[in-house]
Amino acid sequence: MESSVEPIQGTIAHTEAHLEHTHDVQGTSLFGFIVFLLSESVIFFSFFAGYALLKIGNPNWLPPGVEGLEINAPLINTIVLVSSSFVIYFAEEALKKEKLTAFRVLWFLTSAMGIYFLVGQAIEWMGLPFGFTTGVYGGLFYLLTGFHGLHVLTGVLLQFYMLYRSFRPNNYQAGHTGVTEVSLFWHFVDVIWIILFCLIYLWQ
Amino acid sequence: MTNIPIEGLDLSKEIKQNLPPDWRKYFSFSTDHKVIGVQYLVTAFTFFLIGGFLSMIVRAELITPESDLIGRSLYNSVYTMHGTIMIFLWVFPSLVGLANYLVPLMIGARDMAFPRLNAIAFWMVPIFGIILLASFLLPDGTAQAGWWVYPPVSIQNPSGKLINGQLLWIVAVAISGVSSIMGAVNFVATIVKMRAPGMTYFRMPIFVWTVLSAQLIQLTGLPVLTAGAVMLLFDLAVGTHFFDASEGGNPVLFQHYFWFYSHPAVYVMILPIFGVFSEVLPVYARKPLFGYKVVAISSLTIAFVSILVWVHHMYASYTPGWMRMLFMVTTMLVAVPTGVKIFAWTATIWKGRLRMNTPMLFALAAIVMFVFAGITGIMLASVPIDIHVNNTYFVVGHFHYVVYGTITMGMFAAIYHWFPKMTGRMYYEGLGKVHFWLAFIGTQLNFLPMHPLGLQGMLRRVSSYDPEYAFWNVIASIGGFLLGVSTLPFILNMLSSWALGEKAPDNPWRAIGLEWMIASPPPVENYEELPIVVAEPYGYGKSEPLVENAAALKGH
Repeated sequence: MESSVEPIQGTIAHTEAHLEHTHDVQGTSLFGFIVFLLSESVIFFSFFAGYALLKIGNPNWLPPGVEGLEINAPLINTIVLVSSSFVIYFAEEALKKEKLTAFRVLWFLTSAMGIYFLVGQAIEWMGLPFGFTTGVYGGLFYLLTGFHGLHVLTGVLLQFYMLYRSFRPNNYQAGHTGVTEVSLFWHFVDVIWIILFCLIYLWQ
Repeated sequence: MTNIPIEGLDLSKEIKQNLPPDWRKYFSFSTDHKVIGVQYLVTAFTFFLIGGFLSMIVRAELITPESDLIGRSLYNSVYTMHGTIMIFLWVFPSLVGLANYLVPLMIGARDMAFPRLNAIAFWMVPIFGIILLASFLLPDGTAQAGWWVYPPVSIQNPSGKLINGQLLWIVAVAISGVSSIMGAVNFVATIVKMRAPGMTYFRMPIFVWTVLSAQLIQLTGLPVLTAGAVMLLFDLAVGTHFFDASEGGNPVLFQHYFWFYSHPAVYVMILPIFGVFSEVLPVYARKPLFGYKVVAISSLTIAFVSILVWVHHMYASYTPGWMRMLFMVTTMLVAVPTGVKIFAWTATIWKGRLRMNTPMLFALAAIVMFVFAGITGIMLASVPIDIHVNNTYFVVGHFHYVVYGTITMGMFAAIYHWFPKMTGRMYYEGLGKVHFWLAFIGTQLNFLPMHPLGLQGMLRRVSSYDPEYAFWNVIASIGGFLLGVSTLPFILNMLSSWALGEKAPDNPWRAIGLEWMIASPPPVENYEELPIVVAEPYGYGKSEPLVENAAALKGH
């Protein structure tokens, strides 16, 4: 078995080494990631379109006994999440200036703000008088916030991975596309939240 | 006495000697785009045989007016799985396989942009195929809601169990979606970022243009289906009410999600086949492709317009009049860039010295059948006709002329055309022609009768029908079995040629193209030195070179 696996792995390593010499691996990776994000955003826009279509012309929109959503706590959550986009920007700038400690501190601060958002979301969920299967409204509310929350969680996990990688020796010799991509992802999650907040909390 | 030659033994020895020494790579997690391409093609063809077997069960049931062969609910399962397998496990993966093999070669790259992602995307295909087929083993059987899984039928769950056929269907299609998105990101990044020096966009072969257009549709449309599928999954498994009209949901919303993707998906399937026609015709007519730039741009135009036509599947779904009119116009608009292509192909072969070998026969027949399917397509685009034939065999006939008559026949053209390049062997021309004639006649017998049946009002997806429809149904069933038979010479041809066929030269068709300038099959990294492209493709009849460093591509 060993002998049959060995040459294949050797070929992979060889091919990738060769590819790196013939094209801009980092640029291609970043381009591919942007294409993926654009495609991912279409899922959110499909949910938004569904939300708007189901809401318009529905006289019994809110579940019985529900007056509307409380807005103050989610607003604070929103401010924290949106601010974290600026923090991650400065983290990236610090990395460009090769200030590694500043990068790590700001980067970790971003993750902490993301976690604050997730905890705030969980607390809000637990206090709500309706569930996932309570009519169309309940379904859409948890679907949209949950799907977005899943992206925030993914973002935080990716940030932790990048933080861990920053302790590897010579990690940034070939550039820092990974950091750029995670940062882009974070901005993406933020922009989606702003639209989502307008749709669910402001348009009541 | 001991020297009696044993024929069989010699043959098997010869096969062993002739097998490529590294055939095991086709069963490994290889990152070579050519290996992955062949893996896709062989996997897809295996599922094509399964889907085809199911279609023959359907035709066997329909050969008599009574529902007497299999039960009605098994009949629902069989046509649902036939459609799902043919779309998600034959047409999509076979086209992705072809593109995987050809795109890096055609743009002068050593591999796809993300080789490991490519391999992961491929290995998802057998996985979700097995998940889908496993639903036959469930006590309540497979999904029965048809391949478009409209609610409320798809969310009824009569078995009451959490793991049911419909759930497995959604899971399988979701994995297919993830695999397709990975593939789409990879193709777009490869085509935009990995082209060889001098390979400008307007020097790319048309096949690359069509793959780019098709993959852009995947990136825009597939997420919409994903959104709808996620909501359907929750409705089915958790008990939400997104598509449940009794609780304020809207089942028509699912149709929008579904067709917003699944209509453009037809162009994802057919655009690369247009690319195949554009590659094959100039080679066997010995003439440049007519109107290269216009054909290239028309692929993108089709991709763009196709995003705005989905409601033509929903004329009968409580769609308001203004919306019907709007989508009737946009749907008919698609015929313009498509007509441009037909014109270009006709002009390409006009007064050419045609070489009628198997790939050319398949390509020409596919174009003829596509013209026919296009005409019935325009008929269906117009609201009054569509309302009349909605949900009848006319629709089934139309799209089978597209998916079999055009896409599958075009795929066979591609497989024969590039077989020498992929395997380093020549196929047997005689067997190829037998395959062609059986498939061509079978297609007409099978799908042409569906048009009169539909106009007379025979509904699709029923296992019994009025005896007055029997005549055309018997003809169609004979055609269906003939199509089944037609795969036998193909399989025989592929297996025997791959093992024993004559060794193929680098460029057996005297074709112009980067992939024909290197060995058959190409070495692991394709090009020893990256090509420096200096001309447009299809330079037939001109004496200008395609690349500056032709000798260096193969090394020494």
